[in-house]
Amino acid sequence: MDFSTFLQLLIGATADGILLGGFYAAVSVGVAISFGMLDIVNIAHPAFIILGAYAAFLANRQLGLDPIAAAFVMLPVFFALGAAVYQTYYLVFERRGDEALRGLAFFFGLLFVIEVSLILMFGVDYRFVNADYVNIVRDYGPIHLPLRTVVPFGVSVALVTALQLFLSRTFTGRAIMAVSQDRLALQLMSVDPRRIKRIAFGISIATAAFAGAFLIIIQPVQPSMGRDYIGRIFAICVLGGLGSFPGMVAAAILLGVVESITSTFAGPSWSPAVSFGVLLLTLALRPSGIMGR
Amino acid sequence: MRKRLRCAVFGWLGAALVCAGLAAPAQAADPIKIGFGMALTGGLAGNGKAALIAMQIWAEEINAKDGLLGRPVQLVYYDDQTNPSTVPAIYSKLLDIDKVDLVMSGYGTNLEAPAMPIIMQHGLVFIGLFGLAVNDQFHYDRFFQMQPNGPDAKHSLSQGFIEAAMTVKPTPKTLALVGADAEYPKVALEGARDIAKKFGLKVVYDGSYPPTTVDYTPIVRAIQATNPDVVFVASYPPDSAGIIRAVNEVGLKTRVFGGGMIGLQYASLKQQFGPLLNGIICYELYAPEPTLNFPGITEFINKYQPKAIAAGADALGYYLPPYAYAGMQVLGQAVEATKSLDQQKLAEYIHANNFKMVVGGVRFGKEGEWLGPRVLFVQYHGVSGHELAQFEKPGTEVIVYPGEYKSGELEAPYSDIKR
Repeated sequence: MDFSTFLQLLIGATADGILLGGFYAAVSVGVAISFGMLDIVNIAHPAFIILGAYAAFLANRQLGLDPIAAAFVMLPVFFALGAAVYQTYYLVFERRGDEALRGLAFFFGLLFVIEVSLILMFGVDYRFVNADYVNIVRDYGPIHLPLRTVVPFGVSVALVTALQLFLSRTFTGRAIMAVSQDRLALQLMSVDPRRIKRIAFGISIATAAFAGAFLIIIQPVQPSMGRDYIGRIFAICVLGGLGSFPGMVAAAILLGVVESITSTFAGPSWSPAVSFGVLLLTLALRPSGIMGR
Repeated sequence: MRKRLRCAVFGWLGAALVCAGLAAPAQAADPIKIGFGMALTGGLAGNGKAALIAMQIWAEEINAKDGLLGRPVQLVYYDDQTNPSTVPAIYSKLLDIDKVDLVMSGYGTNLEAPAMPIIMQHGLVFIGLFGLAVNDQFHYDRFFQMQPNGPDAKHSLSQGFIEAAMTVKPTPKTLALVGADAEYPKVALEGARDIAKKFGLKVVYDGSYPPTTVDYTPIVRAIQATNPDVVFVASYPPDSAGIIRAVNEVGLKTRVFGGGMIGLQYASLKQQFGPLLNGIICYELYAPEPTLNFPGITEFINKYQPKAIAAGADALGYYLPPYAYAGMQVLGQAVEATKSLDQQKLAEYIHANNFKMVVGGVRFGKEGEWLGPRVLFVQYHGVSGHELAQFEKPGTEVIVYPGEYKSGELEAPYSDIKR
């Protein structure tokens, strides 16, 4: 391979990796809130993402809505769903101090309930959406940018930035960051931790509406696809540092770029090994993750 | 007293005779139970549900014609969740609790193989559905495979593609191989390496990717850097979709592209990609071409399609459903011909006879595989827009291999057709 081909491949792989990282960030942001800030191991999050994908599919097919516009419309519905799930989780497990193992079983069960419900409603065939930008590619020299990944990347960055601003600039946002650190201090400020956690969990599930819309833009979906993402989502949250949004974004992009470059130069079958090698190395050197405290 | 005793004895005797009289026809009408596990949830549910619809159509038809041996047929099935660990328990329940008379397998190698030890223990005839070389390890003489790969599945999955590609002028010299890190693609790629050697093709790219891959662009870029004449892909539905997108986004330049891409057989993916499919050569098991007009196939497809659309399964039904239906046809034909449910007699009959089914004529070999392979390779021609109806017409999926069923000429180079 000559140097110019190598350089072209490297630039292309880096660009692809960054775009892929944007998608990973959107998929992981909900878990960064529930797992990183609320200490709730919501392993059903990928199933909510698939639910978001089907909501986008339905809106696209029935109303001709763009999948991302559909995600905006579905935002309050997913927020309410998340709040309701947390309320159930609180009443049945957290209030009794049973959340550790039984809570995990609850979310595991929820994952299957969502999957089976989707199968009953939509069947098992692959579903996809039509959007004007899906088949468009922009060429900038050696870089080919497919809008299929550029659009989700852009919206994902906007989503994470908006969430970061909400968490750092608003009272509710700061309360969300505080709730897992010092529940008592929050109560002393006359804030109800349960309400704050309910809002935070609602936001976490609301992000799944966007992640689902991005997923169905990138590839066709079927109800049981969510399981493929569980490991990767939690790895990104841990690599970034629990509770840190900038860390999570950095980890998502790092993982995307590492996967992409490994796929290009060493062969795609090496990409998970190298990605998880990076995770282990980072945790060995910085146990709290890239930007964890 | 004696009179009362006589009355009681005759009374009991009469009642017993009435009961016996009622019981006899009840036993004659007892259904023949056919049991199986099927992937109705999980990763293979798309095909599992389509197969179930096909099997139900067969059962409805048989029951409308007085059943088998004058007894109705009842399908007893459980969802294996695409999880091999559930399979032994499902077949134990079917055999020990449900007391089924006959069994079929679930869909795919991973869900077929775990049932084999139990089936062998009970000495039952077992008709597999799209398993890859499952009986190579067991050598069970009552096993039969419903899949047209023939006895050498490893090579038949790529032989047709490479043979067809070698007809392109000037003759291709280099080949890129890519597939998922999973059982079917691994076997297909192993076979493709052997076939490439046989045809003197130089393998310039040989890579596999994890099934959880999201973005295939880096892989396609790496393939492009090796400038291959032919690209052979062995993939599952989500990867097939990702690879086709990446090929079009990167603008892959090659003369022949395609291979064993699972997913392109499904209505949903055909519809999604529409014109992007033009020029791709892909393996198929049925295409609505005049050379493949087997007796009963059109009637079956016409019955299947409305049911599949209602159930959210594959709307065309060209891939697995005709074979699931044909598997039931084999079992039914064997029962009717031997007038028995004796497993030894059934197995002997299936080994000794030709079967005429909706997927054509077949004879089974020693290990239960089809005696000869019949893997088709089709090339998409003239696809425009995303209407599903165009895939139901002849001329859209032109059969380029094997010669026996060929319905059109292979067009090349792929890069030009795509443009």
